[in-house]
Amino acid sequence: MPSATDNNPAILFEDVEKRFGDNVVLKDLNFSVAKGDRVTLIGPSGSGKTTILRLVMTLEELSGGYIYIEDDPLAYEKRDGKRVALREKHRNEIRKRIGMVFQQFNLFPNMTVMENIIEAPVHVLGMSKADAKAKAQGLLDQVGLADKANQHPLQLSGGQQQRVAIARALAMDPDILLLDEVTSALDPEIVGEVLAVLRQVAETTDITMLIVTHEMQFAKDVSNRVMMFDGGHIVEENTPEEMFSNPQEERTKQFLHAIV
Amino acid sequence: MTEFEWNWATVWDVLPTLLGAFFQVTLVVTVVSTAIAAVLGLIIAMLRRSVPKPVDAVIKFAVDFIRMTPIVVQLLLVYYTFTNLSAMVCGIIVFGIHYSTYMAEVYRAGIDSVPAGQWEATTALSMSKGRTWRAVVIPQALRATVPALGNYAISMFKDTPFLIIIGLVELVNAGRIYGANTFNYTEPLTLVGIIFLAASYPTALLVGRLEKRLAFSY
Ligand SMILES: Nc1ncnc2c1ncn2[C@@H]1O[C@H](COP(=O)(O)OP(=O)(O)O)[C@@H](O)[C@H]1O
Ligand SMILES: [Mg+2]
Repeated sequence: MPSATDNNPAILFEDVEKRFGDNVVLKDLNFSVAKGDRVTLIGPSGSGKTTILRLVMTLEELSGGYIYIEDDPLAYEKRDGKRVALREKHRNEIRKRIGMVFQQFNLFPNMTVMENIIEAPVHVLGMSKADAKAKAQGLLDQVGLADKANQHPLQLSGGQQQRVAIARALAMDPDILLLDEVTSALDPEIVGEVLAVLRQVAETTDITMLIVTHEMQFAKDVSNRVMMFDGGHIVEENTPEEMFSNPQEERTKQFLHAIV
Repeated sequence: MTEFEWNWATVWDVLPTLLGAFFQVTLVVTVVSTAIAAVLGLIIAMLRRSVPKPVDAVIKFAVDFIRMTPIVVQLLLVYYTFTNLSAMVCGIIVFGIHYSTYMAEVYRAGIDSVPAGQWEATTALSMSKGRTWRAVVIPQALRATVPALGNYAISMFKDTPFLIIIGLVELVNAGRIYGANTFNYTEPLTLVGIIFLAASYPTALLVGRLEKRLAFSY
């Protein structure tokens, strides 16, 4: 696995700012994520974790600064010292390298499980339907839902829906996978089946992952780096072992104390 | 005053005229105008979601203007402005456009009912705008709109007598004219009511079935 010193990062935040009206959520945020890194973002509610993921997925407009994906500017670029918005066409090209799994799954209820998974490979990547289906079937195997291809999402349990959502994101062969509290909407007894799938993805691929989760054991098992956020700032960052057993900052200690 | 007596001879005499007016005018205008309104309404609703705010304001003004002016005024205006249009074409266009403004509102509510998470998923999958509308938003929006669209088709159907203002004799006026000529109003107008009901009722049933088919609660 590449180290954090990789000089061609998968994700680079440069002086990132995000405002909602007058509410400055992120300011002067700088960090990078190396290729193959699995970074877990922790921090209290409202500290800006979701916003960071949504900015990477271009679900939010950047208020200031730059984000680079594998050295390519994502939404804005510097041109002759000016900050210039990039066209939707360009953004969409970069976006194809990034996948996201949402807390609420967001599967398309009007499509079958199979149709959900092959939609983007066929219509975005131009894959043949037969190839896309074969690939989707393999992914469904992998997430333990081989027999659900022709079901509709609303016929499935929450845990099953989330596993389909993971398969759908993986079908696009993303370089970067964003996971925003993907088990928070699930009943406690179902959380394990989803995390097991994600553990396996982490072990068998080199996809760069940005993870927001309250599952500290999962964070420990999967990630090689943890960043603690508060008020849109990085309070501290470290390996999960160090962060969870030996936090340096008072704010981190309080937070970790409160959630366990 | 003479006592009224139902006369079957009158029934058989007027029925062909009424059915002719029904099939050649009422039904043609209703079906073609409903199709126009359904498509145009959807285009208006999609445009309103896609254009910048000032452009949307202009569309909204035009839509409200058409919706809030009586259809009779619009029929006369179009008929006497575009004198090369036949009454039939004029009627179809005016009904289609007028009702498209109502249908646009129904579609808009349907589109708004699609959760933001669905749009976000299409972005996360890099789906094109076209695919997003066609494969995700419209199928989900339609599900919520079918009953209201069906009701507008039926109310358009009941508005067709206004077509007489541009000289188009549809079902109701065919009955009225027959009455005026023969002084027998009861039989023709009763038949008119029955024909209306016979056409509306199956339409309502069809809408109900379509609604079921589009549901995805499973
Ligand atoms: N769409 C939005 N409109 C206005 N404020 C928002 C929006 N999304 C997030 N925020 C604000 O941004 C801040 C950070 O939110 P978020 O990124 O969701 O935090 P976290 O995921 O860490 O809980 C919060 O104060 C929240 O109220
Ligand atoms: Mg959040």
